[in-house]
Amino acid sequence: MAGDERAGHVGSSVEAVFREEHGRLLASLVRRYRDLDLAEDVASEAIEAALATWPVQGVPANPGAWLLTTARRRAVDRLRRDTTYAAKLALLQVEADRTDPAPPPVVGADLPDERLQLFFTCAHPALPAEDRAALTLRCLAGLTTQEVARAFLVPPPTMAKRLVRVKKKIREARVPFRVPDATELPHRLPGVLQVVYSIFTEGYAASSGPHLQRLDLAEEAIRLARILRRLLPAEREVAGLLALMLLVHARRGTRTGPDGELVLLRDQDRGRWDRAAIEEGRALVVVALTAGPAGRYGVQAAIAALHAEAADLASTDWPQVVALYDVLHALAPSPVVVLNRAAAVAVRDGPEAGLALLDGLAGEPRLRGHHPYRAARADLLRQLGRHDEAATAYREALDLAGTGPERAHLRRGLDAVESSRADREPGAPAPG
Amino acid sequence: MKYVLLINAGAIDEDGGAAGCTVEDWVEFDQEVRDSGVFVSGESLADLVTATTVRVGEDGERTVTDGPFAETREVLGGFYVVDVPDLDVALDWAARCPGARGGGSVVVRPAADFSN
Repeated sequence: MAGDERAGHVGSSVEAVFREEHGRLLASLVRRYRDLDLAEDVASEAIEAALATWPVQGVPANPGAWLLTTARRRAVDRLRRDTTYAAKLALLQVEADRTDPAPPPVVGADLPDERLQLFFTCAHPALPAEDRAALTLRCLAGLTTQEVARAFLVPPPTMAKRLVRVKKKIREARVPFRVPDATELPHRLPGVLQVVYSIFTEGYAASSGPHLQRLDLAEEAIRLARILRRLLPAEREVAGLLALMLLVHARRGTRTGPDGELVLLRDQDRGRWDRAAIEEGRALVVVALTAGPAGRYGVQAAIAALHAEAADLASTDWPQVVALYDVLHALAPSPVVVLNRAAAVAVRDGPEAGLALLDGLAGEPRLRGHHPYRAARADLLRQLGRHDEAATAYREALDLAGTGPERAHLRRGLDAVESSRADREPGAPAPG
Repeated sequence: MKYVLLINAGAIDEDGGAAGCTVEDWVEFDQEVRDSGVFVSGESLADLVTATTVRVGEDGERTVTDGPFAETREVLGGFYVVDVPDLDVALDWAARCPGARGGGSVVVRPAADFSN
């Protein structure tokens, strides 16, 4: 039936509108009422109202303004009913909205975008680190509590409890909704970028579960970084972060095989990398590294760009990759950077040189439970034909590895060195 | 909104003061808090050896003991109550407090509001 078709079409465009508008709507309401719970409640009521009326009346010309007007009217109703709650919020704007019989419809095509302050609230250092990403996904990416729970692989009631607790802290400790001023921004922006990057890395290399990649999370992180890029066009590290994620995400289709198994960079079919994402990422790397000192995301993006530009592993500019890791280590020293640098040195100068650097990290406490370290050592030992040591290192990595595909990859490595040992071919080159 | 800044002294030097800051630092900070108009109250606590603990059991019996003595290196050394608009401003005051330096820390806790 034609009517049903039309309703179906409106239904899907309604969903698309909500994905886009939810964060903006919530941010506007939070700025107005300074209360995340009230803002969330009336935002979802406005969305419910839209779901009821839009399929009948059609999507309004300015959906965002329609939603904001509806949400504000709901807020006024609620504040009139609950004067205690209104008194608690005790804000001039609330007072004005409460006495105003009906808020005038919001007009104008361009609503002010107030999401930036919400980004800084969600990533506030006073909030538990593990809840910042969850809150950002809930408030700015517009995910439901259920979807956020799925993203972090926790039961929905657990996630709901965590979100309630973190919102209670925002409300009762009065964590402000504001964009830090120019002197504070350099201290606070890295926290926001860290939240977005942590969402991406969880999507790119899930820490547990049956799948190696959870692309929806990676795509949410890229979407959030695009919003930040529009809101903070002068911040080169925002460009760097977006570049890094686009360049890494460009390889998504080739990182796993037909059965979900892990495919290493050297074996990936580079012809299937996403050229559009690479081109966009490369242009952003230029922005990130121009007109000022490089930041950590810009440098990591530059490394990712070198891989993206190379036709294969051998023709990659490894001296440049190693040099960029040196820059990165100076900016943000970490054993993981040393580990990645060692892997690059292993290709540039041979497995022996890489292994020597890895063995220098043996006492590093932060790598004790880090399976990529064990796996990298195992692969180099295998390349050197040191099969007994390789087998030990593969077993150590297997004791630590998170996802099924990573474990399967390590198991294949272990099987290969064990069969080499069985064949008594200690010097045989590693297959693949 | 009222926030209580609980000042935990880190390493104590031989004069019983927090290492890493001078008496002048404290006088200057105290003056700033008072001059800015955010000051509600504040005390620095006398040496821990002067502390006495009282407990009342279910039978109403009062127990008085000497102490407590610090089991960790951090000891509550004093507090300020400030009235500021939000947590960020409270955190700024905490960061300016000499007690936050030299291995010490300042715990910022909003005062509970029972007025509503």
